[in-house]
Amino acid sequence: MTADRPASGDRPSSCLLEVRELSVRFGFGASALGAVNGVDFQLALGETLCLLGESGSGKTVTMRALIRLLPRTAQITGRIMLEGIDVMALDADRLQALRGTKVSMIFQDPLTAMDPVFTIGSQIAETLVCHEGLSYSAARARALEFLELVQIPSAQRRLDAYPHELSGGLRQRAMIALALSCRPKLLLADEPTTALDATVQIQILLLLRELQRELGMATIFVTHDLSVACEIADRVAVMYAGRFVETGTIAEVIDSPRHPYTIGLFGSTVHAGTHNGLLTPIPGAPPDPSHMPPGCAFAPRCPRVIPACNERIPELTEFAPGRQARCPRITEAEIA
Amino acid sequence: MNLAPATTERPAHSFTGPSNRVEEDRPVLSVHELKKYFRLSGGPFGAFGAARGYVQAVDGVSFSVAKGKTLGVVGESGCGKSTTARLLIRLIKPDEGRILLDGHDVGGPKGISVRELRHQVQMVFQDSYASLNPRHTASEEVSFGLSAQGVARSEARKRAQEVLDFVGLEPGVFADRYPHELSGGQRQRVNIARALAINPRVLILDEAVSSLDKSVEAQVLNLLIDIKNRLGLTFVFISHDLNVVQFVSDRVLVMYLGKVVEIGPVEQVYQSAGHPYTRALIASRLSMDPRRRISAPPLVGDLPSPINPPSGCRFRTRCPIAEPVCGEKEPLLVAVGNGPFHVAACHALAPRSGHSLAQQPVGRTVSPSGARVP
Repeated sequence: MTADRPASGDRPSSCLLEVRELSVRFGFGASALGAVNGVDFQLALGETLCLLGESGSGKTVTMRALIRLLPRTAQITGRIMLEGIDVMALDADRLQALRGTKVSMIFQDPLTAMDPVFTIGSQIAETLVCHEGLSYSAARARALEFLELVQIPSAQRRLDAYPHELSGGLRQRAMIALALSCRPKLLLADEPTTALDATVQIQILLLLRELQRELGMATIFVTHDLSVACEIADRVAVMYAGRFVETGTIAEVIDSPRHPYTIGLFGSTVHAGTHNGLLTPIPGAPPDPSHMPPGCAFAPRCPRVIPACNERIPELTEFAPGRQARCPRITEAEIA
Repeated sequence: MNLAPATTERPAHSFTGPSNRVEEDRPVLSVHELKKYFRLSGGPFGAFGAARGYVQAVDGVSFSVAKGKTLGVVGESGCGKSTTARLLIRLIKPDEGRILLDGHDVGGPKGISVRELRHQVQMVFQDSYASLNPRHTASEEVSFGLSAQGVARSEARKRAQEVLDFVGLEPGVFADRYPHELSGGQRQRVNIARALAINPRVLILDEAVSSLDKSVEAQVLNLLIDIKNRLGLTFVFISHDLNVVQFVSDRVLVMYLGKVVEIGPVEQVYQSAGHPYTRALIASRLSMDPRRRISAPPLVGDLPSPINPPSGCRFRTRCPIAEPVCGEKEPLLVAVGNGPFHVAACHALAPRSGHSLAQQPVGRTVSPSGARVP
């Protein structure tokens, strides 16, 4: 795939993915809705970035745009460089070759993501035959290895199981095995533990952490749950209305959230020990994408709003090394 | 259409002001040995053929809820939480067992009718969209139950406006909106308004906040706590989210494969759980602290099939302290610590049960890491 490599080889070798000015719009002309409105980030091998946000904030669309896994009505603009490959410039065949080998994805609901009429083993083997050119029997042997890697008990027997025959936790493990079967450099995980019970959720999170250490891939993990982000993320990007509003390492964001939306999310989250009294929710609801506020999208719900917020969209400013927030008041003294 | 109001005992407009129902600590709702097995039909005759087996969804569940209190029900999916909720308001008929409302047997010979039960017990479901009629506006949805009870239409509409206002939906804006014109949080408010419209005393909330976004979930939780305090309601709050249950509940009931494994005051259960399953559940909660990540799963494997549950204690296949006795006989609920209100069903807690840990002082002595596998 050297033909896809552009001349610019000056990026640091650790940078696996670079995204610049990524925007995704749905629909045409004046009625087009912006789902993602300018997202920039970099990701190194072995790193986990969590996209944190509520439904409609654009986190899933951002992730899917990275491998252009969106309906035809979506207009993706910006620059996506994956290991020197310009994803935006790939034709359909090259894109197909990229998906599953360099990048693969796991979904929230493994039952709808897997094919119900093929066994787990044959689905994994098919991927390997297709992408790596293995013989079917060799691919099946590799499939068994991967089922063992994701700690599925009696893996040999589970190779011939259909997705509906497995429990939710095992199904999610099988999907992880399927996603990792070609040893991707980048794993995209779209709320993979949201549909699971707490006892199974932590098993899957531990498994993903372990596999990442073993295989050294980078992960982009989409979640709406702060506590899940705490377990898995190295860095977090909090999204609101299609934009990053705050970024930083997970510890920094948890210890001192700076954007009013992030602070609001903390106030809304029930964590261990919250008992009696009331929560401090964010008033109102996220904006309608067809009627975006002119300035900061969070301004109508923000307790710290100033006139400048409604005039123009604030810039994502770096207020400390590695820490960014999109708020005109970020440089003021500590937010109470 | 000149129907007389069916229920007139309780005035329909007593929405504000403290209620006098809260004082007593008597159980308002109690169930005894509730049992529901779902038949698995098979063979060439489908539903009429011989049963292939039974899903033991709820198997001998007993508990009671005191007036004005919240009982939280937790457990993994498939443990029978939702079936219990549906049994409580008779959306499905129990195979065995009794449901008592204020001591009156529901559906019994001298008891009250199911219709009367539903005047007093109402339910809010998880899926806010599926549980609303897409062709009813918010106002129609809320007034429907009242009309069905025979309240005059204009009266019902007036009442619907009041209740919508009460749950934080301004009637002028929202009364004429259809479900698809509302956001998830607003739809769940309509569901709550509908449940409140007929002035129930007990509200069953089956994962009522689970599908909402965090910021909206917090709003709805605050609303629920507020209406409970203002109206003196009794809640049965079912959720898989242990933090939310801890936040809203007075007492917690832990279910596993159709059985009650532990029940007690929320702080006692969360701080000194008696049952190894409860301890594992509580240890599975994520810490919200990236420096104290969980390093080993508190519980391995998945829930066994409820069609052929393990003999004896149903948790023994995943239990770190299982012993031969656990497979032989079923554990009964015994006291944890010294309070009579905190009980758990584990042989390790029952003196003379034959479990090697049973002799020790009960309560917090057993750690999940003190593994003792047969």
